[in-house]
Amino acid sequence: MKIPQLHIPDGFISAPVSVLFLAISAFFVYLALRGAKNQLDEKVAPLAGLAAVFIFAMQMINFPVAAGTSGHLIGGALAAILIGPWAGVLAVTVVLIVQALVFADGGLTAIGLNVFIMAILPTMAAWYIFRFFQKIFPKNRIGFLSATTIAAYLSVPIAAIGFTIQFALGGTAVITLNKVLIAMVGVHSVIGIGEAIITVLTISAVLSVRKDLVYGATNSKVLLVK
Amino acid sequence: MSTKKIVQIGLVASIFVAAIVSFYASGHPDGLEFVAEQVGFLNTAKDSALATSPFADYAFVGLENERISVAIAGIIGVLLTAAISFGLFTFLKKK
Repeated sequence: MKIPQLHIPDGFISAPVSVLFLAISAFFVYLALRGAKNQLDEKVAPLAGLAAVFIFAMQMINFPVAAGTSGHLIGGALAAILIGPWAGVLAVTVVLIVQALVFADGGLTAIGLNVFIMAILPTMAAWYIFRFFQKIFPKNRIGFLSATTIAAYLSVPIAAIGFTIQFALGGTAVITLNKVLIAMVGVHSVIGIGEAIITVLTISAVLSVRKDLVYGATNSKVLLVK
Repeated sequence: MSTKKIVQIGLVASIFVAAIVSFYASGHPDGLEFVAEQVGFLNTAKDSALATSPFADYAFVGLENERISVAIAGIIGVLLTAAISFGLFTFLKKK
């Protein structure tokens, strides 16, 4: 089966807005490079490398969501909870750059747009949502995985809203914004279920073998108690 | 389980997914492309400047067999991503 295009192509969004998001994304990637330095110790660095590889592989698996459409993992929530938000931003950014440069997936001029709505926005949003629910939920495995599930699920419609904002600022087609927003959030509210399932299964597997490697379970005042 | 072992298992799983499972992935347009078509802005999409590159669209140019074509693309993608990400994170880690 032919793998469909997964990311924003050239042409959807105007050149000035594409350049604007290239600048915004470059700034966040710079912050992430600095931030990751403080978050990554010897122990977690190889896992961060693996996270990018795993996300690349999983993005090749489009799952059917409804008649005629499919979804794929974004990976931002997975990366944030597994290796920390800054390293997570970098991991997804690496995937998007490889996809754009080697597989012509995602336009070259759209790289800043794609990095913003898939590497930066869902990763950071998922991290804060995860932390919020981690504090509220019981400090056990079920509580941890519930927070993971909610964060991963919500990160997908949030990315969809991110695209709608980009479209509002620079969409080249003349279309009522409401239509785009409702369609994007509608479809991605279903795709989010797939994101949540893949994320929770992966995090749960790593938790089972090496709880100490899961960033969200260690680097917090709200430590994961058994 | 050692970190090394987890990374090894993860890499093997990633290659398996990218090279073999990917052939069975849904070929339907993804969420964004679907919406673009439904709402009516898919026609504003332009081909990537790299659309004629040898691995464009997760295939290997000129290879008729789709199963092998996507497998080669998947393996190349995993290896390239691994080279960049392991390099980057090794460089960034606390000394």
